[in-house]
Amino acid sequence: MQTALQLAPSTRFWRALVLLTAALILFALGALYAGGQRIDLAHLRSDQLTRVLFFRLRLPRVVMAALVGSSLAVAGAALQALFRNPLADPATLGVSGGGAVGASIAIALGLQQRISGVPLVFLFAFAGSMAAFLIVHRISRTGSLMLPGALLLAGVVVNLIASAAVLTIQYITDPSRALEILRWIIGSLDVVGFDVIWRMLVFLVPCWLVLLAFSRDLHLLAMGEDTAGSLGVNVQRCETWIHLVCSLLVGVTVAVGGSIAFVGLIVPHAVRLLFGEDLRIVLPGSLLLGAAFLIAADTAARTILAPNELPVGAITALLGGPAFLWLLYRRQRYSAL
Amino acid sequence: MGAAVNRPTPNLLEARAVEFAYGGGPPVVRGVSLGVPAGRLCAIIGANGCGKSTLVRLFAGLLAPVKGEILLGGAPVRGIPRRQAARQVAYVPQAQNLAFPFTALEVVLTGRSPYTPRFRFEDARDRERALEALETVEAAHLADRPVTELSGGERQMVSVARALAQEPRCLLLDEPSAALDLKHRAMLVRTLAAMRDRRGLTALIVTHDLHLLDPVFDYVFALACGELAAEGPPAEVLTGAVLARVYNDPYVRTRRVEGRTLIWSN
Repeated sequence: MQTALQLAPSTRFWRALVLLTAALILFALGALYAGGQRIDLAHLRSDQLTRVLFFRLRLPRVVMAALVGSSLAVAGAALQALFRNPLADPATLGVSGGGAVGASIAIALGLQQRISGVPLVFLFAFAGSMAAFLIVHRISRTGSLMLPGALLLAGVVVNLIASAAVLTIQYITDPSRALEILRWIIGSLDVVGFDVIWRMLVFLVPCWLVLLAFSRDLHLLAMGEDTAGSLGVNVQRCETWIHLVCSLLVGVTVAVGGSIAFVGLIVPHAVRLLFGEDLRIVLPGSLLLGAAFLIAADTAARTILAPNELPVGAITALLGGPAFLWLLYRRQRYSAL
Repeated sequence: MGAAVNRPTPNLLEARAVEFAYGGGPPVVRGVSLGVPAGRLCAIIGANGCGKSTLVRLFAGLLAPVKGEILLGGAPVRGIPRRQAARQVAYVPQAQNLAFPFTALEVVLTGRSPYTPRFRFEDARDRERALEALETVEAAHLADRPVTELSGGERQMVSVARALAQEPRCLLLDEPSAALDLKHRAMLVRTLAAMRDRRGLTALIVTHDLHLLDPVFDYVFALACGELAAEGPPAEVLTGAVLARVYNDPYVRTRRVEGRTLIWSN
């Protein structure tokens, strides 16, 4: 562990990329194979039913888990650096909550339309996330300092307001739509075909690229805002971009899969514990490990009690929580040596 | 070095009638004009809350003056591209805690980032420079330690090393000696003086360590209530009469002992 951290950052970067990509491929293959219905790949060519099962249900679902996991994890890593707070993530900061309010409003109003291909639910969730973001950021900031207590407290309050708002919307809207909201809140990565996935990709991929392009600035920002500014980072421009991009990532994933907690918090920390603190490694690492992690969690969600399904959000917390505690414990021991 | 002070040198940093207030609040810096000559060690002294840190952040280009201008090498500092400015001026903020356990070497390596392209990692030469910078402040043994586990003084030396790794023409330090012990305070001042003499480093340092200024520092600026109250070589500014005015404290006493000025308040 100690010696691994003494490697040059570029060596650690490539090592992380190779290992995590391998892990992602492994998990993805496992997830494609596992399921209530065993898929025999030999029948893929001959059997129509197998083909439908694989290409319309199994494969899209695994891809969906990967997209949502990557997005939440990389957004969490960016938020932790931006707010200089290891407990920041889309859920704790209320960004997911804001997105949920936006999406509920869209569902309650029955807005199924698309504007030039973009589902209105995406836009409403994005607006909600953005609003929550701005509120929390504004409250936690004095001058160039972030107040860690105020940040988390503001996040908690925004979350409470958001869940109250979602409840209210559910209560006053008609029963069928209320049920739709409820099912969506529980969160599921169930998807048929690639239609939604293409629409998500249009948003998510540019956001990932923007975050990766800002990884050096985030690395410097994690050292402190004035330090970053004096090292040549345009702090304000960086902040604006991260706000926009993270709101969009969280908004879109919440609009599709509901709020899935814990991914944005634990995945970046796992990458940190494995490959060090350098944000230029943590961001791409979180992208890969986030995908692998949610694929694994979703596979567990749909296989443990098959043919019944567990909510994937519960699995992420049940898998992620103990794993996180174990990593934390291990690091304490290492740092004591 | 004392004789050289009288020779006029061009100002590397200059404030011209600078005023500043935080977000519509009361003015913190009020009409300050001063020049930091190239290749000199200068100190800013003054009571708590008199605008020292704000002035240094203005010089670092982190804040924009409400009125007046800040010049770096004759050009408005906010007009210079940030990364280009970062190669000339390094700034060490007041002691602060880091949220993440970066290693000391990682922190110092960020000093190389103004020279490193966006999508590149620092190379072996940058690493060497960073280790050299740590050695300069006698902190090489901390290289692989997480900064979150270091003492306040050790962290401050790491921050100074980070600024040195930036290879700036000018160092801006905000109370660098606040958490340092006796030995390291003197060592820091010695290091700065050596860099000034060897490669013409310019430095502007906010400090409350008045007894370290004479005879090493070339020039002292004293701020009171956001205004420049006195300036001059240490021997001129560090007198009972001037300090009593600057700190608004009638109990200030000074005495010359072995070429140094001792200062205390009764």
